[in-house]
Amino acid sequence: MIDVLVIGAGVTGSAIARELSRRQRNVVVLERGLDVCEGTTKANSGIVHAGHDAKPGSMKAKMNVRGSEMMEELSKELDFPYRRNTSLVIGFSDEDGKTLEDLLEQGKENGVKGLEIISGDEARVKEPDLSDKVTCALLCPTGGIVDPFLLNIALAENANTNGVEFRFGQEVTDIKKSGDHFTVTAVDVSAEKTEAAPDNNSGEGIGSEGYGSNAFTTTYEARAVVNAAGVYADVFHNMVSENKLKITARRGEYLLMDRKTQGFVNATIFQCPTKMGKGVLVTPTTHGNLLIGPTSVDIDDKECTATTADGLDTVLEKAGLSAEHIPTRQVITSFAGLRAHEAGGDFILSEADDCQGFFDAAGIESPGLTASPAIGEYMAELINEKYPAPVNKSFDGHRVGIPCMSTASAEERKALVRKNPLYANVVCRCELVTEGEIVDAINRPLGAKTLDGIKRRVRAGMGRCQAGFCTPKQMDILARELGIDQGDIVKSEPGAHMLEGRTK
Amino acid sequence: MTADRKAKIVIIGGGPAGLAAASSAVKNGTAAEDILIIERDHVLGGILNQCIHNGFGLHTFNEELTGPEYAQRFINIVEEEKVPFLLDTIVVDVSAGSTKIISVMNKTDGFFTIAADAVILAMGCRERPRGALNIPGYRPAGIYTAGTAQRFVNIEGRMPGHEVVILGSGDIGLIMARRMTLEGAKVKVVAELMPYSGGLKRNIVQCLDDFGIPLKLSHTVIDIKGKERVEAVTIAEVGPDRKPVPGTEETYTCDTLLLSCGLIPENELSSQLGVEMNRVTSGPVVNESLETSVPGVFACGNVLHVHDLVDYVSEEATAAGKCAAKYVNAGQWSEVYRTDAESAGKPASETDKHAADIPIEIIARDGVRYTVPSTIHIDRMEDLQKIRFRVGAVYRDASVVIDFNDKVFRSQKKRILAPGEMEQVILKKSDLEAAPDLKTITIRIEEAPKD
Repeated sequence: MIDVLVIGAGVTGSAIARELSRRQRNVVVLERGLDVCEGTTKANSGIVHAGHDAKPGSMKAKMNVRGSEMMEELSKELDFPYRRNTSLVIGFSDEDGKTLEDLLEQGKENGVKGLEIISGDEARVKEPDLSDKVTCALLCPTGGIVDPFLLNIALAENANTNGVEFRFGQEVTDIKKSGDHFTVTAVDVSAEKTEAAPDNNSGEGIGSEGYGSNAFTTTYEARAVVNAAGVYADVFHNMVSENKLKITARRGEYLLMDRKTQGFVNATIFQCPTKMGKGVLVTPTTHGNLLIGPTSVDIDDKECTATTADGLDTVLEKAGLSAEHIPTRQVITSFAGLRAHEAGGDFILSEADDCQGFFDAAGIESPGLTASPAIGEYMAELINEKYPAPVNKSFDGHRVGIPCMSTASAEERKALVRKNPLYANVVCRCELVTEGEIVDAINRPLGAKTLDGIKRRVRAGMGRCQAGFCTPKQMDILARELGIDQGDIVKSEPGAHMLEGRTK
Repeated sequence: MTADRKAKIVIIGGGPAGLAAASSAVKNGTAAEDILIIERDHVLGGILNQCIHNGFGLHTFNEELTGPEYAQRFINIVEEEKVPFLLDTIVVDVSAGSTKIISVMNKTDGFFTIAADAVILAMGCRERPRGALNIPGYRPAGIYTAGTAQRFVNIEGRMPGHEVVILGSGDIGLIMARRMTLEGAKVKVVAELMPYSGGLKRNIVQCLDDFGIPLKLSHTVIDIKGKERVEAVTIAEVGPDRKPVPGTEETYTCDTLLLSCGLIPENELSSQLGVEMNRVTSGPVVNESLETSVPGVFACGNVLHVHDLVDYVSEEATAAGKCAAKYVNAGQWSEVYRTDAESAGKPASETDKHAADIPIEIIARDGVRYTVPSTIHIDRMEDLQKIRFRVGAVYRDASVVIDFNDKVFRSQKKRILAPGEMEQVILKKSDLEAAPDLKTITIRIEEAPKD
């Protein structure tokens, strides 16, 4: 029997899993993708919000402020990139000025420290590339930026080293409550399906570890279930509860620019928020790229991460209001992400009232990334109260990340290369990522199994040529380290094969 | 800063440009052991190694060679002359000064620095990726630049896919249309945003026409379908504003989208050096000696401007190698070209200084997008100086006009001028010397009068 089964290995599920591993219990995380960070977490702004946007008293407000407070310490403990770069919410009119006053008050009520309204000129002293039309700004010294991939990966890796089991390619298809436990059925979506394959559920019996399986279906038995399934959280919640949730995928499109643009802005520049969100922002990333976006459009399809011509045009146009001379010639990629917007507008962090033992972490849209460490802490407390377990004395919250040759000093580089010559063999020239780093990414706990998995861990292929030169080399290394054929390598999702056979 | 090693000329890049520059530097008096070629791949030859088609060397060797054969001719010279080279070695950092410090690393020697008197930039170029084109749609597997696909097919023996749409009619895309077809794939269409092809005419004939592959000019990709692997690509006609025209959409089912939408010189190291860049070529601004704005740093090949034929790369690199050799053999430029007055220990007169320091500016105008070089010091130029350029549109029966100080010096009729083909004019040193107070040379296109 599994003590706690977590659905979803995004940043929320991973943060909860890590907190759960502080107690002695059997925790399993089921993830549909082949890696962590495959849903909402992989496509967002990477912002650590100060916390002035959420309504006072809401879960969003509480979790945001707490998450923002936790982030710096956590970034040291788990070794992921985080920087308190401050943020500015800019206004273009007296009306915007009033909105900023309201935000300031709201922020104070939420417990955000250091908020201050400054003039347009003062804002331009801090950010010379800001538009001349900016008349006022809310300065938020606690605003920051984080690498969303590495935050997620670090939380999951650390959960894993503390005993949490992660099972990938597991798409949950059914959840049933029977007596004091749940029976959760998942289909293996990583397996190549053939017509001859069986599709019934007549698997082996359930073993002592809490699950049994046949070719494609696995059944899990768990005392408690945590629903951290992003845009699908309503689907799973509604399987066990009559109090239905409705989660809408709210798409946001982005454009990312070359690291050459580093220094265009140093702070994160927001526009005044609307009811659809915080508007289009202009921000540096922790790695020195410039990111603009997102749009905000509700869509019916929970899978639709396609960008659109209109969406990308909107981003360019709106970002251009904040700063007129955005170096759009330096765009290296565009992408779209889906926010998990719940109709009530707040995070749902609670046990379902008509299904004991089923815990929702649902409706986790912005500021979900910021809030994730706090959500993990909060959800673990809920579960600990209900299902007490002795403290896990061997819990170690520290993680050491993969060395980074591109940011290392000459002395550090020499030392690393002495330790392992593969750190001197550059594979991705644009981001200066070496074979040693890629091998590390593959062989770590919960290591990379896909090209995107390597990219998110060490940035290979994330630069200006977008993996044009290094794709074949990365595939060579991935095939060698995993002992598989290059033909079986996927970009990210099951079925996303890079190659289609051999030449004549 | 003390460096771990020393060289007179460090050549960054062991492709066709770097190899020709090395061989030329040796011919022009630099000892082979004073040169060092740094190559990031595990073999010399650069991208030619994956260009297994023929058509290389017609100008240089008067015969048709494959890419690897062409490269081998130059590798042979470098090996016979015993020019040192480092393979699998990446340049991490370069800093300028009278001595250049190049930080490199590789698996065998680790991280170390090299001090050099001169540097020749020969890093080549990269392909413009999908992201830089702002093509909307999903981001599935199956979208490759043509060069990446070429490497998979020709080096790895793997097929990127079987049903192919190609966006862009650059030469690598055209070559890959034929290559994929020969390997049994179905190339459904080549879409080109511009109203003309960016590739060589001979490649359109031999790679598309001969295989019945349609080329749709003024078309672009407006959507990519397929979440895991490419399933379909929608193309549409574009108007004069290059925006898609509603109602012209056509969807092609396919598993692969290849991109051949332009090449970008790889000048990240040049930027580190503080080299002045040309916004049109995305390469360094150079003078007649192919020297950049940083003294002692030279550039040639596709890092300088994207060439159509490798033969011209070799020719240009040969010139760069010669100039670098002159520079290091004498110590520095001021030694090579200092005026008589200066070498006699007296301050140079204003006129002498003027002649030495203020070069003639070459202006590209009226359809000429850029020129390489963009300045000429008369005293440093060879008897004949090639000026290479590209035009911005297709011209028929137009004239290439050269103005000296705004007055027509020469006009030459051309049956056809196209953006895909590099053009050149040759200037004689004696003509420049004879022109009174020459400050600017303009290269422009004069269209044929319409009848």
